[in-house]
Amino acid sequence: MHSTTTLLIEVGALLFALGMLGRLGRTVGLSPIPLYLLAGLAFGHGGIVPLSASEEFIQVGAEIGVILLLVMLGLEYSAAELVGNLRAAAPAGVIDALLNTLPGAGFAFLLGWDWRAALVLAGITWVSSSGVIAKVLADLGRLGNRETPVILSVLVIEDLAMAFYLPLVTAVLAGVGLAGGAKALAVAVVTVIAVLVVAIRYGSTISKFISVQDGEALLLSVLGLTLFVAGVAAELKVSAAVGAFLVGIALSGPVAHHATEMLSPLRDLFAAVFFVFFGLSTDPADMPPVLLPALGLAVLTMSTKVLTGYLAARRAAIALPGRMRAGVALVPRGEFSVVIAGLAVASGVEPRLAPLATAYVLITVVAGPLVARVPDYQWFKKIVRRRMAVRRPPANPLPAGE
Amino acid sequence: MRVRVEQTPLPGIGVRHDLVTSSGRTVGVVSHRNGRRDLVLYDVDDPDSCLASIPLTDGEAEALANVLGASLMLGQLAGLRQQAAGLLTEQIALPAGSPFVGRRLGDTRARTRTSASIVAVLRDREVIASPGPSFVFEANDVVVTVGTREGLDGVTAILAGDTDD
Repeated sequence: MHSTTTLLIEVGALLFALGMLGRLGRTVGLSPIPLYLLAGLAFGHGGIVPLSASEEFIQVGAEIGVILLLVMLGLEYSAAELVGNLRAAAPAGVIDALLNTLPGAGFAFLLGWDWRAALVLAGITWVSSSGVIAKVLADLGRLGNRETPVILSVLVIEDLAMAFYLPLVTAVLAGVGLAGGAKALAVAVVTVIAVLVVAIRYGSTISKFISVQDGEALLLSVLGLTLFVAGVAAELKVSAAVGAFLVGIALSGPVAHHATEMLSPLRDLFAAVFFVFFGLSTDPADMPPVLLPALGLAVLTMSTKVLTGYLAARRAAIALPGRMRAGVALVPRGEFSVVIAGLAVASGVEPRLAPLATAYVLITVVAGPLVARVPDYQWFKKIVRRRMAVRRPPANPLPAGE
Repeated sequence: MRVRVEQTPLPGIGVRHDLVTSSGRTVGVVSHRNGRRDLVLYDVDDPDSCLASIPLTDGEAEALANVLGASLMLGQLAGLRQQAAGLLTEQIALPAGSPFVGRRLGDTRARTRTSASIVAVLRDREVIASPGPSFVFEANDVVVTVGTREGLDGVTAILAGDTDD
């Protein structure tokens, strides 16, 4: 009985503190993710107030958090959208992957880590945070901008690529070697293609099985289906997160719309628990030695992201200011980097990886929204205008419509 | 002149429609998946970025569409006046004491008696185009009528209740 009451007190106090932190973050215009990570650091081993009874509960909550993050991501996109986008923006996706995985992997080798840790770090530096970026774009009133579809399609491709990357990493970290990893990748490719085809052909039929009228039944059936598929996927060694992502993609239409509404509060709750859990598993004492490398890595990969956005926007015939905006918007890394690092921490591949990833995500996610604002300042606009004037004199900036 | 409205999907958010006006400005509407709408105006110097993004509620979007629709309708009616010689368009306010408040359009037998046609009714900033015979008038309706001078005068008289049936 005693442990249950301690659990209630600890979880209650933790959630309340997170709520206050989130509110604080909103008033200063900061994403709550870094605050949750810091809270986790404070409550973990070697932190200010170590939690005792609730660690197990938080661990389970964190796993549900990852699954919910991914199923919501899948619900955001329809299968047709994913495929159509893949056709249009595949080159941008390839540029993105090359420019942002290679620095991560190279950095890991530089630190003397083994290739598995390099694979993980490559993923951490690769994926931008679609949640943070969508919010920044909305806050800065850039949703209508012409470069926004370019940014979004890069994000979509990254998210879709995770459906292949996560199974690969899961298998490799489980110690099956490269051949085992390739097998997991092949399974993932076949599964993802099958799910996409089924979702495009029969998506409406699948969604008909789940009634929209009854909110409670909808919540339970979608949540149940997601957890079940995620569990089965994990049992098959194909990463629970990817199973959840595919469920999200397979659901479409009104079911997806209502499920998004119903699952959002749950996602907010468990995702917060997940970020705290990741912070918990990092000892604050390990942080100072990795701070400098993390800063270097952050600066390096932030510039490669800017270059990615610049090149992707140039492909879409966007002018120089828009290219700069696309570049800086892509800077923040977030939930996915933490998910990937979480996999590595659970397998214990490299002890310095967790503190490095924590510091890295903290830096990019805090700096990202600040950097994203830069193109809106007058001095920046002036510089860009001067450069444009030098490069191509009086050209009509309007596209030749009609 | 045909206007080209371009549609761009915004994965995960919704869809954007935009058009370039003949004066060279670009305006657009971002429709969010959750039903929210933003009216966006683009910068002249940097046509890729929007200068303003104005969120509109359902009611506001509808009101804006109506205002644009109503002014368009009246503009087209005014154009009609110049096209056909001898044919006039007039907006006749339904007088408060009109015998037809609360009665059907068919009851006026306006077309049979004057050969002028009631082509639209303006009510609360809304345009009701080509009302049928079962349309019921309300106080303060403005009746848009097309016909000859005598016909229009006849309709005015009928609506005012100045004729004896």
